[in-house]
This record gives sequence, structure tokens and C-alpha cells, in this order.
Amino acid sequence: MRIGVFVCHCGSNIAATVDPAAVAMAADSMPEVAYATDLMYACAEPGQKAIVEAIGEYRLTGVVVASCSPRMHEPTFRKTVERAGLNPYLFEMANIREHVSWIGKDKEANTRKATDLVRMAVEKLRRDAPLHSRRFPVTKRVLVIGGGIAGIQAALDCAEGGLDVVLVEKEATIGGKMAKLDKTFPTVDCSSCILGPKMVDVAQHPRITLHALSEVEELSGFVGNFKAKIRKKAPYVDWNLCTGCGACLAKCPSKKATDRFNEETGLTTAITIPFPQAIPKKAHINPEFCRHFMTGKCGVCAKICPAKAIRFEQEDEIVVEEVGAVIAATGYDLADWSGYDYLGGGRFPDVITGLQYERLLSASGPTGGHVVRPSDGREPKTVVFIQCVASRDPSKGRPSCSGFCCMYTAKQAVLTRDHCPDSKVHVFYMDVRAPGKMYDEFIRRAVDEYGVDYIRGRVSQIFRKGERYVVRGADTLAGAQVEVEADLVVLAVGAQAAHGAEKLAERLHISYDDQGFFMEGHPKLRPMETNTAGVFLAGACQGPKDIPSSVAQGSGAAAKALCLFAKGVLENDPQIANVRPGRCVACGKCVKTCPFGALNIVEARGRRTAEVVETVCKGCGICTATCPQGAIQLQHSTDNQILAEVNALCRF
Amino acid sequence: MPILERRIIGFLCNWCSYGGADAAGVSRFTQPTDLRVVRLPCTGRMNPIFVVKALLAGADGVLVSGCHPKDCHYSEGNYYARRRLEVIKRFLPVLGIEPLRFEYTWVSAAEAKRWQEVVTAFTEQIHALPPVPRLPDDTGIERLLRELENSPLPICGCHAGHE
Repeated sequence: MRIGVFVCHCGSNIAATVDPAAVAMAADSMPEVAYATDLMYACAEPGQKAIVEAIGEYRLTGVVVASCSPRMHEPTFRKTVERAGLNPYLFEMANIREHVSWIGKDKEANTRKATDLVRMAVEKLRRDAPLHSRRFPVTKRVLVIGGGIAGIQAALDCAEGGLDVVLVEKEATIGGKMAKLDKTFPTVDCSSCILGPKMVDVAQHPRITLHALSEVEELSGFVGNFKAKIRKKAPYVDWNLCTGCGACLAKCPSKKATDRFNEETGLTTAITIPFPQAIPKKAHINPEFCRHFMTGKCGVCAKICPAKAIRFEQEDEIVVEEVGAVIAATGYDLADWSGYDYLGGGRFPDVITGLQYERLLSASGPTGGHVVRPSDGREPKTVVFIQCVASRDPSKGRPSCSGFCCMYTAKQAVLTRDHCPDSKVHVFYMDVRAPGKMYDEFIRRAVDEYGVDYIRGRVSQIFRKGERYVVRGADTLAGAQVEVEADLVVLAVGAQAAHGAEKLAERLHISYDDQGFFMEGHPKLRPMETNTAGVFLAGACQGPKDIPSSVAQGSGAAAKALCLFAKGVLENDPQIANVRPGRCVACGKCVKTCPFGALNIVEARGRRTAEVVETVCKGCGICTATCPQGAIQLQHSTDNQILAEVNALCRF
Repeated sequence: MPILERRIIGFLCNWCSYGGADAAGVSRFTQPTDLRVVRLPCTGRMNPIFVVKALLAGADGVLVSGCHPKDCHYSEGNYYARRRLEVIKRFLPVLGIEPLRFEYTWVSAAEAKRWQEVVTAFTEQIHALPPVPRLPDDTGIERLLRELENSPLPICGCHAGHE
């Protein structure tokens, strides 16, 4: 093999703490290295050109690039060497930026380490074999998980682009958090008026199959050929017959069921339709409150239903959908603030969350859009908003900023002044973060036009005083303690990933961070992708986002899915397991351990041997470590290659 | 010349710990320079013999890190790793190898800070142990490895009499 080694400066990113020329010089004397040099920016156009030219000029048959993480630019350089006529898998990377130059300041030690990493890469490359991808057909269907605005946008864009879409929603209706909002900032547009038509589009689009009240239980397969097992929870109503007339709701005698849609600001009936514009507009029974399920006696809804759609005996249904790509759009939930004792932690009926306040403001909410105190139904005279609850609070393990609370607090303050013109509105804030089109202007309007009183400081305590509440806090601009007597307190509670997001992440084989938000492929450059091919992200499941960003990411994820399918066939990653039939004794241990069922025992030339299903194997290498005979090797990561890397380090 | 650095080999899974190590780099979390990383697709790829071979070949320490249990990119690779690596860790003293020379842990791609702490702590742990003698040239190590492969009982590098 004639190996070329290219050591990147990455401007000063590497060169500041590593001597690339010294690394290249050391590489020059490594076995089979025919050419070694340093480049200013290997990934830039001139850098790639230099690599391509060197391959031709020095008749190189393998390339090592020492630069950034292979998670960043391995695909880039594979394409580069392929352009020069080499097999893209006769290429190795040494990560001398993330793993060397950025984490150590000692230039000598760093240069030694970089040289070692290059030596390991050279030794691995010497044992590389050319690999070739297989092509396989794809199922041109997309599974969208979550029917909030991001999921709706993704589903509509995919469907418009000609893909069949399966939309799975956990709740009985799509719409997500946006459906619960009264108005949107900064235009104070009616939320359900702009969301409603999109929801109807979803229901009417011939390419979209909607599974409401459903959850993804399992995802198997691989990009282009996933199989999703979906549990459709029993609504105890035949949705093919239900017309959504609402007769059952009017007659249901159990009127004290938890109203999840209204954020528990009101009560609802055991058989219910979440809200008038629900999609699908079908009734479902909450068995926890239904008298038929609790006592066996009742069945009023069954008697009254004109469509005869009630089915008490209905059971959960499992459907399996075959899809080629998955878009996760599971959104967020408010953080649990019950640990915030100084704010009452939920004990005070008139200290509510921002989302609950949205339901009070909304005309479709439990109060018909009248702003009243949940405790006694009186109109509040003074409303206090407290920002950054369970946000920017490292002491409670929630250091991050939820982003949209500053804006929705300002919007709610403005709406409060609209609804109750005589009211006084105070906002306790840490900083107002309003980076967005017309956002800061909106905050100014709240202060200047609507007379909202912004107090810069944190709240230390809320306590009761008769029927009112005293909010005690600091005014850090005035340098004084302030106390405000309030009738209603609204908390801007921070966002965390939706309940159950971690479980879903495990089912989708994607990563999540400590707040449960799904990890994107790259924080800057791959915000819609995950590290699992074919699984994309949209909306607040990746991190707190307001509506425009969620819509943008929904469209972005749809574009990613459309790109994926535009080719019609996909190529697999050839870095997969390979069986040497001569060594295999057909013990079947690999078959048992493979998490993907990619191995079978087959008869070949009169003897039994293991066989890898090339399009199913994901290249984890569990079988390779399991095989007692060493008969299975993970190509491009063989035992010999790994041990060669180890030896390359230990010899020097 | 005194040996300042030790040979520490890290076997990292591509999806979590390698990403965590990358994130630590991106965040400029300073770490000791001793560790050299071998990238694996999954800790499930980790044959325990790699640990032994590395330590016999003269590594001062071996660190394996993968995805947290339940969070494996390949569903269950780290469960296999956990069993195999726990067995090899308990088996190291039988081979005459100081078990503190080997650790396995879990670091997710989001845990840059944790990666810094893991690397720092493990490097300190290895520095607290005597350095494994470095052989003068590669024929030496090759001879030793040949001997080891032929000998009935594996012997560890630090007790091979190359003082």
C-alpha cells in the first residue's frame, strides 16, 4: 500500500497547540507511507484538491487525514478519495482536533499524541480492504411521531411532496401545545385560527394516515425499511361510526374527569372530545372516570349515541406500519415545579402555569375566555407574572433558558390588560430575551402601550394574605425589596422534553440529553438529523422552540425525508459483519446475540454456516466479539485492525 | 529521561462516548494528554481480549466507555459489554495484572463535562501506579508477545522481568 498522510492545521484550531509539520514529518517514516504533508484547511476546496492531486502524483492507494473528528468530516474525505479513484474505505482519520488540540495546551505533548494517533490510523489503514455498498429499495412512507405544529408541518410537507405519511399522536387530537394557546406572539394572532386549517388539511389529505390516541411501541429495521409497531389505545368508541356530534358529552353523568386538554383548569365528562376543533373530532372514554367501567352500571352514552358507536368491550389494537423514515416531533412538557415550595409548589389554587393561563384566556377554555381566579371565579385586579420558574436555575438542576417564556409572558400580560382593562399587571423577570423578528418591539409595546410593570428581580416567596397572595421579591434595579399583593399569579414554567421522550428515544435508538431533549446529529450543521440514519427531528423535542422555529424545523425534517427518498434506492454502509465460512462451526451464538436478526444459519455447499443479511446488519460488531471461532469479522473494524492500533501505540 | 506520560488506551463507542469526547473538545474542556482513543462502533464490539492484549503489550491503562445502559445505539451492545468487561476486570488479578489499570464506564454524547472528569480521574489513577516498563525496541515487544503466546500462563507486562 502507498499511503498518503495529510495533517490539517485547521487554521489555528489545530496548529496553535500541535505542530502539524512535525506530525507530517514523523508520519513520513511510518511503514508504507509514501507521502506526508501538512495542509492549512484539508476540508476546504484547495485542501481537497491537494489530496486528490497527491493521490495521482504519488500513486497513493490509501489516505490518512489527521484533522477533526471523523464524526464531522469522514464522509467529506471519503468522497474526496473516491473522486481521486480510490475506494472510499481505504481512508482513515486521526482526530487531532477534538481529541488533541482543543483539550490540551502543551504543544509538545499534543504533537506526540497527534503523531501517535496518526500512527494508529496508518496501522489501521494498512489492514483495510476495499468495501462496496449494496443498493436496496426503500419504502417511500414516513412515520411522523407527534401531531403538534412541528409534526403537522412535517406531515403536510411530506404528503405534498408525494410521500405517504403515517402520523401518530399520543392524545385524542392533534394540535399539540399550539392548540392550547389562545393567541400567538408577537402578532397576537388567534392560535386556533392559524392552526385549525392545517389540522383540517391533515385530516383531509389523502396521503396522510392519522393514528390518534396511539403510541409507537417499537421501531425495528433500518433506514429505508423500518417497521413500526403502533399501539392504538382503545377509545371505547368506534371511530368509523362516531360523527363527533357531542350528544354523549351532554348526557354523560360523570362530569368530574380530569381535563388534560384544559391543563386541569376545569373538569370534563368521562366521554369527551378534547375541544371543538379537535382532529379527529371523535369522542373517547376515559375509563378512570367512566361509571360503566367503575361500577358496571350506566351506559347512558351507548343509549343516547345516534350512530350506535359506543364499544365498551373495545381493546387496544396493534398496527404495524412499514416506513422508510421517521420524524420525531414529540414536543415538550412543562417542567415539574412541585418542588418550588417558595412559589407554593401547586398548593395555591390561584398560582397557575402559563399554559393553564392560556386556557383561561381562550374562548374555547373552561371559562369561555373570561379571566377569573380558579379559586372563586372572581376577576383578578392584580396579576403577577413570574418568569424563569424551573429555567435558568442551576440549583434545581435546570440551568437552561427555555427561550419562549419571555415572549409568551409579555403576550399574556398584554392580553390580561385587554381582557381586564382595570387590572394591574406586574412581571418579575431576570432578563428579557426577545431575539426574533418584531419580538423586542412587542416587549416595548407591552411596557409603553399597555403599561405592564416590569420588575427586574427574582421572587423569594409567595404567601397567602386573606384571599389574596403576597409576592415578595427583589427589585434589583431599585435595589430594594418589593411586595406585590396579587389576585392571580402566573408562572412561566420552563420546558423539558415531553413525558416519555426518553423511552421513545430508546425505542428509536437515538440519544437524548439530561433534560430529555433528543440529540441532533450536529449542534450546528445537522439540527434535523439524528445519529440514526433515517430518523429526523422536528420542533421542541430537540430543544425549546417557539412556533416559527418549530414550523421551520418541521419543513426541514420533511425536506430531509424527501431528499432521502428522491433517489429511490439507498446504499448500505458496507462496514458490516462478514463470515468466513471455513472457520464457522454454525454454533449459532451470533444468531442469538444479534440485536437486529441480521444473522441466519444456512446450508451452503453441504455444510451449515452463519450468513449475514447485508442490508439488515448495522455494523455494531457484537457478533464479532461473540464468535468463539473468530469466524465473523466486522469489516473495517476487524480484530487485527483494532489490535494493530493498540500495538502501534504500545511500541513507541 | 523521566516518563511524564503514560500509555492509556481508550476504547470508545462511536455514538455516545466518542461523541462525548468530541463535545468535550468542542467545549475546550482541558484534559490530560495521556489518553489515545480507538474508535469502535459499539462497546459490544469490545472483545475482552483487547483489554488483556493492550495491557500485555505495554499499555499502562485501558479505559472503555460506551452509551449508558438502555441508550445503546444498537439496543443492547452495552449490556454485552457490561457483562464481558466486568468478568475481565475481575479476572485481571488472576493474570497478575493490577485491576486498577482497567476501567469501564458510560458517557453519553451530551456529557462533555463528565468525559473530562472520567479522563482526568482515570489518568490520575494510572499515574498513581508505577509505569509499565517500556521496551527498547519493537523486536523486544514482539519477542515478548511470542513468548506469551507460547507460554501456558499469560503473564502481565509489568511482571515479565524486564526491570
